[in-house]
Amino acid sequence: MERPSATGLAVGLAPVGASVPRVDGFAKVTGRALYLDDLDAPGAWHGATVRSTIAHGVLEAIDLDPAFDWSQVVVATAADITGNNFANFIRLIEDDQVALVPIGGRVMHVDEAIALVSAPTRQLAFIAAKHVKPRIKALPAVFDIESALAANQKLFGADNIFKQFLIRKGHVSDAELEAVFAGAARVIEGTYQTSPQEQMYIETQAMMARWDGEVCRIVGSMQCPYYVHKAMKAFLDCDADEVVISQSVTGGGFGGKEEYPSMLAAHVAVLAKKTGRAVKMVYDRDEDIAATTKRHPCRTHHRLAVDASGEILAIDADVVMDGGAYLTLSPVVLSRGVLHAAGPYRSPVVRIRGRVVATNHPPHGAFRGFGAPQTTFAYERQIQKLALALGEDALAIRKRLAVRAGDTTATGQLLGISVGTDEVIGAIEQVAGKPPVRDGHGPSGAPVRRGRGVVFYFHGAGFTGAGEQRLAGRAAVAVTADGGFEVRSSSTDIGQGAITMFSQIAAGALGVDPAAIVVVDPSTAQVPDSGPTVASRTCMVVGGVVEKAALAVRAKLEAWAAAHDVRGSIGEVARAYAVKHGELVEIVAYEPPPGIAWDDSTYTGAAYPVFGWAACLVDVEVDLDTYEVAITRCVQAIDVGKAINPSIVKGQIEGGTLQALGWAVLENVVYKDGKVANANMTNCIVPTFADAPDLETILIEVPYPYGPSGAKGVGEIPMDGPAAAVANAVEDALGCAFDELPISPEVVAASKPRWRKS
Amino acid sequence: MNVTLELNGETREVEVTPWKRLLDVLREDLRLTGTKEGCGEGECGACTVILDGEAVNSCLVAIGQCHGRQLTTVEGLAHGEVLHAVQRALVACGGAQCGICTPGIAMCASHVVDRGLLAGADDVTARAKVRELLAGNICRCTGYQLIVDAIIVAAREVTR
Repeated sequence: MERPSATGLAVGLAPVGASVPRVDGFAKVTGRALYLDDLDAPGAWHGATVRSTIAHGVLEAIDLDPAFDWSQVVVATAADITGNNFANFIRLIEDDQVALVPIGGRVMHVDEAIALVSAPTRQLAFIAAKHVKPRIKALPAVFDIESALAANQKLFGADNIFKQFLIRKGHVSDAELEAVFAGAARVIEGTYQTSPQEQMYIETQAMMARWDGEVCRIVGSMQCPYYVHKAMKAFLDCDADEVVISQSVTGGGFGGKEEYPSMLAAHVAVLAKKTGRAVKMVYDRDEDIAATTKRHPCRTHHRLAVDASGEILAIDADVVMDGGAYLTLSPVVLSRGVLHAAGPYRSPVVRIRGRVVATNHPPHGAFRGFGAPQTTFAYERQIQKLALALGEDALAIRKRLAVRAGDTTATGQLLGISVGTDEVIGAIEQVAGKPPVRDGHGPSGAPVRRGRGVVFYFHGAGFTGAGEQRLAGRAAVAVTADGGFEVRSSSTDIGQGAITMFSQIAAGALGVDPAAIVVVDPSTAQVPDSGPTVASRTCMVVGGVVEKAALAVRAKLEAWAAAHDVRGSIGEVARAYAVKHGELVEIVAYEPPPGIAWDDSTYTGAAYPVFGWAACLVDVEVDLDTYEVAITRCVQAIDVGKAINPSIVKGQIEGGTLQALGWAVLENVVYKDGKVANANMTNCIVPTFADAPDLETILIEVPYPYGPSGAKGVGEIPMDGPAAAVANAVEDALGCAFDELPISPEVVAASKPRWRKS
Repeated sequence: MNVTLELNGETREVEVTPWKRLLDVLREDLRLTGTKEGCGEGECGACTVILDGEAVNSCLVAIGQCHGRQLTTVEGLAHGEVLHAVQRALVACGGAQCGICTPGIAMCASHVVDRGLLAGADDVTARAKVRELLAGNICRCTGYQLIVDAIIVAAREVTR
């Protein structure tokens, strides 16, 4: 007998494709799920961070207020970090970001960590931190892309450029490209700006460390235990088994807990060493907003050349992002941005230039979409302008120009499998109905103008280029010593439903109920490195590995049962096997699908193993008294390959969609002299229940044969398109272009002279 | 100050400074960690509890104001292992993702459902009411759709 189903799944129903309730649902609705700050840690001290108040300078001294009682407080500085040459650096791509600025070192941004304090209570730690006074000699600071490129003040290398890319398709020189534009019947040109965006996970960054002899044990809120592990091995200059990283239940990430947790891990490790106790650090909301990473602000100049029949002849995009003070993940964010900048449209000639520059803002970093939302905003505004110029229907033009199987992308990738263009556009056509009546009155009686916008877009699933091949992420499925089934992977559940999805995939492959599968908590002591929980890769890449490992376990069990004449269900066979032989583990590493070739030096070839495809329709109502943009309808049709758990997939899409709608009209991070001026939830607003429309989600399944049961990435794609759909809808309502985000009431008010005369 | 309150149906006494936040007394002194802190300034609603029948943000209430009052936290919402209708619906409908806002949403939604604030409303009106009544609870994961669905399901179940 299998264990009774706790999932409510009807007997005989395949686990893959069923909306099984999430495994961690009960613990979460009862408040029993233990996040970092909920963990019982008797005797643990609390940590707080002393931060820079100026954007650029040299740290001359760190003074302790002599009037303050320091007897209950431990203070740590860069001088307490000992180790090899890498000590004090947070290992990521270039190891350029310090954990704590040393005396004589350069302060690169406001709210950079200068010193740490620890005390028996959180309150005392925070008070003590205010009595540590860094003395910083100010240097001229750089806060915008233009000044960074002018490079009068050098922050990185000679030109302040962290990374640049050039993609060319169908031409070899700029002169050749310009000749195409010169010969075009029509050129559509524009500059598009998008604002920084805060992830605003509801659980702030939180981490705890304790030293167990020579072993440093770290637990916390994070997306990528092995990223933290890699950073801490370098930071502590220790062997792999001398630092153990475990994830606690994590209250949202959205990219914000991809790289920054390594910084907290370094800080709590230093304090735990110095105090000789467990030390816990939980950021305040204002600190979290001010100091941690946000979406890169971006400016894209975009040109389309079209012929007399309205076909695209050439696409030219120039993408510049503000990377902030350290390189961190900026090169890969820019990479994804440029690889999506031409959009899913046919064009024989494409040039994409991309640069990410150094400024004295806190480093910008990973956030759902990872560069693609910024460039999607640009190309979908451009296609809309082309539609208006040609007098063509917004959906019809996209259908006409979109890539399909047999076409090539900007990098020359030949699209073959799982291209859902017609399915997603067709789904929107079917449900669109009549556009809203332009002039009318809103619920409050105020005069309104209404409009509709649509977009078509794509998102590459998994790591870029040869990334997945290099990483070769591993996962294991095991029969445990007591005869149960376990999935072992370092992919974290940050709310997106990874553990439920893994249990369904493993159960499907093994032929058991999902309730029979235990997905173990990700700790570097007990799971292999499956790669980070990023890039829409957990289901498609790691889920695929889990499926293979489960199939391998099943094959072994079946062979063993046949050889030993053991009868019964696979669960019974597993228990019998375990009694005789103990644990059975199958570890599988990811292998890329055949025919995937990418050239990193020329940026050509298969940028992604597969793309997700999407179309979105948005209706808006602009209040002519308050200038607010209300989103009255939003439909997303997204090709996910296969929805392993439709309810969870729907939840992912709707969450990403609302983050995009928020980015379009009300979210913003405002910097003043390099400091976040709205570092609290009162002023750094995100959509509430009342701001959100009912969201319509259409799941399209054009299977990807190399994903588990046909699944491909879904986490990020919903974030890419809706902001441009909103801008297109507001343009439709008011008759003038909106090329900057957010489209706030202030922006709408300022646009009044440009409105169409009614 | 010695504060006596009726917490989840039991009389509890705590010796604390009267201006300590109710949220901190729950989490630190009483070790009831189901109530979460998201912002500390009354914006996000993760710390929502029911005080004398009203949904309040426990980060904005001083413990000194709670003397002699009735308090329900998420730990008191289910009866043992039997979930409140709202909790059951949140699980069934996929209304919880990362879960950090979920206790606060469950508390506020239970208040809406138990008080019959949606009774008699048609679906469109009920959904609009839910959006208004829960506007003080922020969720960053779900886009709210499946939470609204769950609360409507729970309200129907309780009315029946």
